[in-house]
Amino acid sequence: MKNKVLLGTAVILAAFSIYGCKPQAPQSAAIGDAASRVYVPPGQYDEFYNIVSGGFNGQLSIYGIPSGRLIKILPVFSVFPENGYGYSEETKPMLNTSHGFVPWDDLHHVAISTTKGEHDGRWVFANGNNTPRVARVSLKSFRTEEILEIPNSGGNHSSPFITENTEYVIAGTRFSVPMGGKDVAISSYKENFKGSISFIKVDSVSGHMNIAFQLRTPGFNFDLSRAGKGPSHGWFFFSCYNTEQAYTLLEVNASQKDKDFIMAVNWKKAEEYLAQGKGKVEKVKYAHNVYSEKTHSATSTIRNEVTVLDISELPEIVYFIPCPKSPHGTDVDPTGEYIVGSGKLAATMPVFSFTKIQNAIANKEFEGDFDGIPVIKYEAALHGEVQKPGLGPLHTEFDGKGNAYTSMFVSSEIVKWNVKTLEILDRVPTYYSIGHLSVPGGPTKTPHGKYVIAYNKITKDRYLPTGPELTQSAQLYDISGDKMRLLLDFPTTGEPHYAEAIPASMIQANSLKFFKIEENEHPFAAKGEGQARVERKGKEVHVYMTAIRSHLTPDNIEGVNVGDDVFFHVTNLEQDWDVPHGFAIKGANNAEILIMPGETQTFLWKPLSTGVFPFYCTDFCSALHQEMSGYIRISAAGVKTPLKFSTGKIEGEQPTGAGN
Amino acid sequence: MKNLISVIILAILFAACGPERPKVEEGNGANEENAVAENANEGKGIGQVKEVTLNTPLEQDRIPRGKAIYEMKCQACHRLDDQRVVGPGWKDVTKKRKPEWIMNMITNVDVMLERDEEAQKLLELCLTRMPNQNVSLGDARDVLEFMRQNDGEK
Repeated sequence: MKNKVLLGTAVILAAFSIYGCKPQAPQSAAIGDAASRVYVPPGQYDEFYNIVSGGFNGQLSIYGIPSGRLIKILPVFSVFPENGYGYSEETKPMLNTSHGFVPWDDLHHVAISTTKGEHDGRWVFANGNNTPRVARVSLKSFRTEEILEIPNSGGNHSSPFITENTEYVIAGTRFSVPMGGKDVAISSYKENFKGSISFIKVDSVSGHMNIAFQLRTPGFNFDLSRAGKGPSHGWFFFSCYNTEQAYTLLEVNASQKDKDFIMAVNWKKAEEYLAQGKGKVEKVKYAHNVYSEKTHSATSTIRNEVTVLDISELPEIVYFIPCPKSPHGTDVDPTGEYIVGSGKLAATMPVFSFTKIQNAIANKEFEGDFDGIPVIKYEAALHGEVQKPGLGPLHTEFDGKGNAYTSMFVSSEIVKWNVKTLEILDRVPTYYSIGHLSVPGGPTKTPHGKYVIAYNKITKDRYLPTGPELTQSAQLYDISGDKMRLLLDFPTTGEPHYAEAIPASMIQANSLKFFKIEENEHPFAAKGEGQARVERKGKEVHVYMTAIRSHLTPDNIEGVNVGDDVFFHVTNLEQDWDVPHGFAIKGANNAEILIMPGETQTFLWKPLSTGVFPFYCTDFCSALHQEMSGYIRISAAGVKTPLKFSTGKIEGEQPTGAGN
Repeated sequence: MKNLISVIILAILFAACGPERPKVEEGNGANEENAVAENANEGKGIGQVKEVTLNTPLEQDRIPRGKAIYEMKCQACHRLDDQRVVGPGWKDVTKKRKPEWIMNMITNVDVMLERDEEAQKLLELCLTRMPNQNVSLGDARDVLEFMRQNDGEK
């Protein structure tokens, strides 16, 4: 009897002990070995880089997968206090536009460069959604190398999707606008507003971007896009909404029709017209900004021309395919045959067949036209519909085993289905309101699979509360088996929109460790302490400063006046990995800077009062980091204090260090 | 029976809550260290440089190259006289150290600071780790020739 009681107690205790360690229902479905599946032991590396858009923070953030650890914030379209991007004189031109300096934009989508439809690990492209731009980021230096503004665009949402060999990056306008800055009534939308799709050519060696041509389209909204691949290489597919051409209360007025369009673009045909000189050169104004790793500086050039192909005058470039209802994502499967349209207000999800689209075009199976552009019969293009997939389908990724994973915003779930049979195989809840999702390699010909990551729009109660403004969130699911399994929640910086994941093995070995000082071509570099100096040019004072553990040269500066513009050009002489130096001066109204080994960075300081001002290294660099400092003396305007600069010089004594 | 039940309770508690033990792979560096120690005993330091041939007269083409590297990568911490600033002055360094030691110190500084007694003594004196300035073997040889000239060799 006693034993029975004890045994009973043991069972209850055991039950509690298990229960106590389990996450509480219903917020989480993570079970079993989830913890060990995402645990990366100290000193070991994650398997994937996850390159995630930061949404309204205008940055990219880099996470390790499966751990979900944040390893870098990479500024693209926004200034970044951590490393001086957009503050230093060298990086300010990166954020120049035809509207002047734009300090903060909204970054939604990423595209990792591909060769033959597979990740090549060279660059990431990203879109500036608000002031239309496309950026190219190096996966060697993890820095923004180039930003190209898009003229004739009213918001660059349908971007920066790429063709299979990164021939083109796309920039499709979200909002149609009157071209050429015309002053017209908003109510003249149908008459005056036009859409614009830019095909940006990417140099296969340097990566440099250049707008090859723009398609002038009817005025409505372009949402997302994907390039064809394999058999459909040469085509591009865009989701269009507001084919109602509403210009007010779009929530209602752009949701009237049962079907909007997927726009199929034959870009090889467009290239033919371009080669035949059918493009019209238009006067526009846009900025092209390029960062050089040699001069450690960006240049911003204003360009004035773009070539436009008007699809109403040039047949066979564009065909419309009806798609229910206000389609958001349009995603092409790894084989290139199937195009998934996600109508965010629709009860079914159509999957179109590239072969059928081609046949429909050949046989002229059109139901009519829109502004003279043929509209293919829905059934003629349709492979089939996924029935009752969930509510609010947004985006679809693929695993390379013939399966698709679609995010359902309204019903907060990921739905797994078979691309060919259209059969729904599994569904898992997300917390909460998933937007984009990513399978490693999902948009390529050969997805790496293994996981799907949900990027959620709403966080609510998933983390410790931090006032009204909460962290954003992502969730990692295992897709290696038949059923999807939630493994991990991880917080994200900014609002994550689209993201891609790429095996660490494709990036890690190429990662740059430092800039070679021999190759530093910055015009104000001091390549060695012997070149450190101060030069006055009228009101401008240029300090050619060097930094090395643990001193700045020069560290005593005199002969500078109130009203001068003092440029501190700091060259980091270190030639080893992970030895940045920082630089700050009291009363800096503009910036601080962080200088990587071998690099030169500049900030402008305008002294406003007399006195002696300390400056110092802001990045803890060595045992004597606290000693890495100096003084600059500021005299009143007009006072002729002699220009002097030195390091290690003690007045009235022989110049010396600590003795031997 | 009681004991058995206790064991069951404990086992279940551990099974349910026990932390995963991280797998740590232990490297085997013993052989490498022995080889290194022998080299160090000869006062040549530790690194790729086992034997340096010095020529007299000095190899003139190396000297300006060595001087340029000195000015770019070394001068911030090393003076050419015997005064220590951040690191020791270079005067007479080629008389105090074997050429192999000097080149290993330049090209393999992190290992030298970890394992070479003479290098460690210098670290205790200067208290700033000599940075790895990524000087190639060829460049280090040029620097050595410049040092010899600085020490008065012809």
